[in-house]
Amino acid sequence: MKTWKLSELDSLFAAIAAAQKLYIPADAAGQPAFTLWTPGLSMTKALNTGRSAKDLFFPQVENLVNFKVSGRRIQVEPGREEVEDFVIFGVRACDCRSFDILDSVFLSDPVDTFYADRRSHATVMTLACSEPEETCFCTSLGIDPQAPAGDVSCWAMEDTLYLEANTEKGQALLSSLPQLGQGEKPQTDASVFHRLPLKDLDFSVFGEKPLMDWFNSPVWDSLSQSCLGCGSCTFVCPTCQCYDVEDFDGGATIRRFRCWDSCMYSDFTMMAHGTNRPTQKERFRQRFMHKLVYHPNNHAGQIGCVGCGRCLQKCPISMNIVKVAKALKEGKA
Amino acid sequence: MSILRDPLIPMVALVTDIRTDTPDVKTFRVVGLDGKKPMEHIPGQCAMLSMPGVGEALFSITSSPTNADYLEFSIKKCGCVTNWLHAIEPGQQVTLRGPYGNGFPVDTDFVGKDLLFIAGGIGLAPLRSVINYVRHHRGRYGSVDIVYGARSKEDLVDYDEILQQWCREDGVTVHLTIDNPQPDWDGHVGFVPNYVKELAFDTGKTVVMCGPPVMIKFTLAGLEELGFRRDQVYTTFELKMKCALGKCGRCNIGDKYVCKDGPVFRLDQMAQLPDEY
Ligand SMILES: Cc1cc2nc3c(=O)[nH]c(=O)nc-3n(C[C@H](O)[C@H](O)[C@H](O)COP(=O)(O)OP(=O)(O)OC[C@H]3O[C@@H](n4cnc5c(N)ncnc54)[C@H](O)[C@@H]3O)c2cc1C
Ligand code: SF4
Ligand code: SF4
Ligand code: FES
Repeated sequence: MKTWKLSELDSLFAAIAAAQKLYIPADAAGQPAFTLWTPGLSMTKALNTGRSAKDLFFPQVENLVNFKVSGRRIQVEPGREEVEDFVIFGVRACDCRSFDILDSVFLSDPVDTFYADRRSHATVMTLACSEPEETCFCTSLGIDPQAPAGDVSCWAMEDTLYLEANTEKGQALLSSLPQLGQGEKPQTDASVFHRLPLKDLDFSVFGEKPLMDWFNSPVWDSLSQSCLGCGSCTFVCPTCQCYDVEDFDGGATIRRFRCWDSCMYSDFTMMAHGTNRPTQKERFRQRFMHKLVYHPNNHAGQIGCVGCGRCLQKCPISMNIVKVAKALKEGKA
Repeated sequence: MSILRDPLIPMVALVTDIRTDTPDVKTFRVVGLDGKKPMEHIPGQCAMLSMPGVGEALFSITSSPTNADYLEFSIKKCGCVTNWLHAIEPGQQVTLRGPYGNGFPVDTDFVGKDLLFIAGGIGLAPLRSVINYVRHHRGRYGSVDIVYGARSKEDLVDYDEILQQWCREDGVTVHLTIDNPQPDWDGHVGFVPNYVKELAFDTGKTVVMCGPPVMIKFTLAGLEELGFRRDQVYTTFELKMKCALGKCGRCNIGDKYVCKDGPVFRLDQMAQLPDEY
């Protein structure tokens, strides 16, 4: 396995950044975020970023196309941001799995070329976890936080960073870094993960009953009762992918852009003759039914949650997918 | 890097003709900038029309695929994009992308069947495409009945075409109705669901229905009373849409995306899905 001294991470970052852009999780304004590396920027001590790594493939706001209008004539002009090769370092196993879930949506026919473009230009370097938080439950979703996927998997153990390439892209990146050393990674210790309070959630039950059984569950009323519809859970979630398309009329040029949207918002499905989800109960139910039932139904059983725990930390009323999944399974809230 | 084509990026098209159908519905004829029909479609499919800076909205392609020259859209004035469309004149360019959705099974399930079309208001728009397709390939289908209702005589979309063409064609029976009596109307008066029950159609027919949600609900109840099964009834759903590609997450009914898996559904398929429409 390739190695690097942890005390000299800065020079590894510099070596990678010499060839392409590099993003690392760093302490940014307010909360840790994936940040473009520049000399002097160091890794955050936090386990994970406040917002997820999806931002790098599916940014919060993204220009799609531009228009010029003169009289009755319309001209379509390219508005797409040019994407260059880039590396993301320090992606956790949960966020890395979220890319598979986003891939199922954006790379299925018809392919979203904006997303695909970024995916194909990226090399993902994951970082194994050793000190999880109490809100982590990735293991309940079949994710091994100590063996993260990605193009290159990394382990920080004692004073050494161990690196292993999993794909051709990862291989190419490591080969471009001749300064890397060679070494044997010590055994990882999984005991801390076995003590996590949420390690035994059962998500397989959702595929075992018809969709309507879950939809008609009596638990939705009480679970959704105090939901504020603030959308925080959808914004921090690495697998939430709903978007809006809007135009910005800048005078000479009209920009058509897309931006994140949330099924928790009351106007999300508002139409000329009203909305099909009139109360917060329906909107709340939509978010969780989508993750636990609809998405798996459409994508070979793939649950639309990676157990990152962000919604557990961010919801102002302490509602979250764990509470919902437990209540649904037990049939009472 | 060069511009990658993306399904969200539209083409420019030209409005060549605008017909006023009713006080709030106009029908727009659209061609590509080369003067030709911009895309091929299946009856029931839709396309996204937009004016940059105003917005984008999805509309049924109301012309039949057998029309080789242009696409037509019947559009009801009810908001941003539709107000703008109602104010333009022929010669205006718009943007267009599509076609989207599954469309009606005109070349499979419908073949050889006696067809009963039921429409309310602007709901005729998607059905007109099927009706004219069926008329064009008359030999492939059995009898055709059309029940169409609107608030008043003035609110009937495509009224001239219905009178001049559909009403005069062998094997096609048209049953028109309006909500309230008016002096220049000697036809049926009453709501569509009741009229369908009164007409007591043969239960061997395949039903193709489109209209506001209340009409669909009550008409379906009436059809079931007459002895129709849900697997004989096809309808289209209208939900809020942004991408029309099954990705923006907006238009689902349960695990089905109306933009991609619909908008046409056979009603027995809906039994397994939430009634969030
Ligand atoms: C599959 C499908 C087929 C369709 N086919 C046709 C067709 O053939 N012909 C046709 O005319 N239409 C059709 N539609 C409807 C069409 O897509 C538009 O939704 C509709 O015409 C309104 O578009 P708009 O942009 O003008 O209205 P918008 O500006 O989007 O507004 C519509 C109305 O909603 C109200 N509204 C919006 N947001 C809110 C809010 N937050 N709170 C309260 N009210 C709100 C507005 O006041 C307005 O009256 C179809 C839709 C679908 C999904
Ligand atoms: S639902 Fe919550 S725990 Fe699951 S992936 Fe989204 S933010 Fe993370
Ligand atoms: S973060 Fe909590 S309160 Fe806000 S929309 Fe999500 S569940 Fe509702
Ligand atoms: S309109 Fe975007 S998913 Fe259907």
